[in-house]
Amino acid sequence: MQLKEIFEKLDLEVKAGQDGLDHFVTGGYVSDLLSDVIANSRKCDLWITLQIHQNIVAVATLKELAGIILINGKEPADATISKAEAEGVPILVSPLTAYEIVSQLHDLGISGKR
Amino acid sequence: MPDNNVFEQSFPVKGGDFANAGEASCQVKEILKEIGVGADIIRRVAIAAYEAEMNVVMYAREGEVRVSISPEMVNLIIEDEGQGIENIDLAMQEGYSTATEEMREMGFGAGMGLPNMKKNSDEFKVTSEVGKGTKIDIRIRMEKET
Repeated sequence: MQLKEIFEKLDLEVKAGQDGLDHFVTGGYVSDLLSDVIANSRKCDLWITLQIHQNIVAVATLKELAGIILINGKEPADATISKAEAEGVPILVSPLTAYEIVSQLHDLGISGKR
Repeated sequence: MPDNNVFEQSFPVKGGDFANAGEASCQVKEILKEIGVGADIIRRVAIAAYEAEMNVVMYAREGEVRVSISPEMVNLIIEDEGQGIENIDLAMQEGYSTATEEMREMGFGAGMGLPNMKKNSDEFKVTSEVGKGTKIDIRIRMEKET
C-alpha cells in the first residue's frame, strides 16, 4: 500500500517529505529506541515513534523506511523537518497514541509481522 | 597494503555533531549498493557502522569510519579520540550504557550499541584506552563459512 493511501484514510498531518507519500509501506515498527529501530526495522516499514529530533531522519534513511509517524500530536523539531525534506523522508503527525494509531494501521492491513 | 581489488575510503566523524550523525554510515551503505554487495551483507554493515558512528558522536571528540571492501569481506575500522571505554566487558553487556539522561531521552543509550555491532559481525574487536580513545574492528565476510 502506498503511504498516500494511509494518509488519506487516517487523521494524519504531513510535516515534511510530501514527495515521499508515494513510498510503498509493507509493514510497521514501533519503538523510541534508535538502536532497536536500527537493528529490527525493515525496509519499507512505517515507523511509529515519539522521538522528534533530527536523528530519526538518519535512521529512516539508513533503513530505507517508508516514513515516520509521530504520535500524540508531537511536533517535529525544525532541524528534523529540514533534514527530512532534504532526504525525502515523509514525516506525519497523528494526534493519537501509539496504541491507537497502530491498531488503525493494522485495520488497514499494515502488519508488524517479522 | 591495499591490493588492487580492495576499495578503501574513510569518513570523518565529529563528536557531538548530531546534525550530521549517520551520514558516514549512509555513505558506506551507498558504496556497497553501488558495488552490488548482497542485501544481507549491506544490512549488517549498515547496522554496525551506524552504531559505531553514533558512539563516536556521543562519546568522542572526533574520529573516523574507514571502510575497506575486498571480494572476501567488508572491514570497518572506527577509530576515535575521546574518553575511551573503562570496562569493555561491561560495555558489551546488552542494556549497559554510560549515556547521559539527555541522550537516553533522545532514544540513544539503550545499551545495544556494541552488542548490535558484534551480532552483525563475523569478527569483532574493541580496543580502548581510557582518556585516549577507542578502536573498533568489524569484519563481515561476503559469504559465511559453512
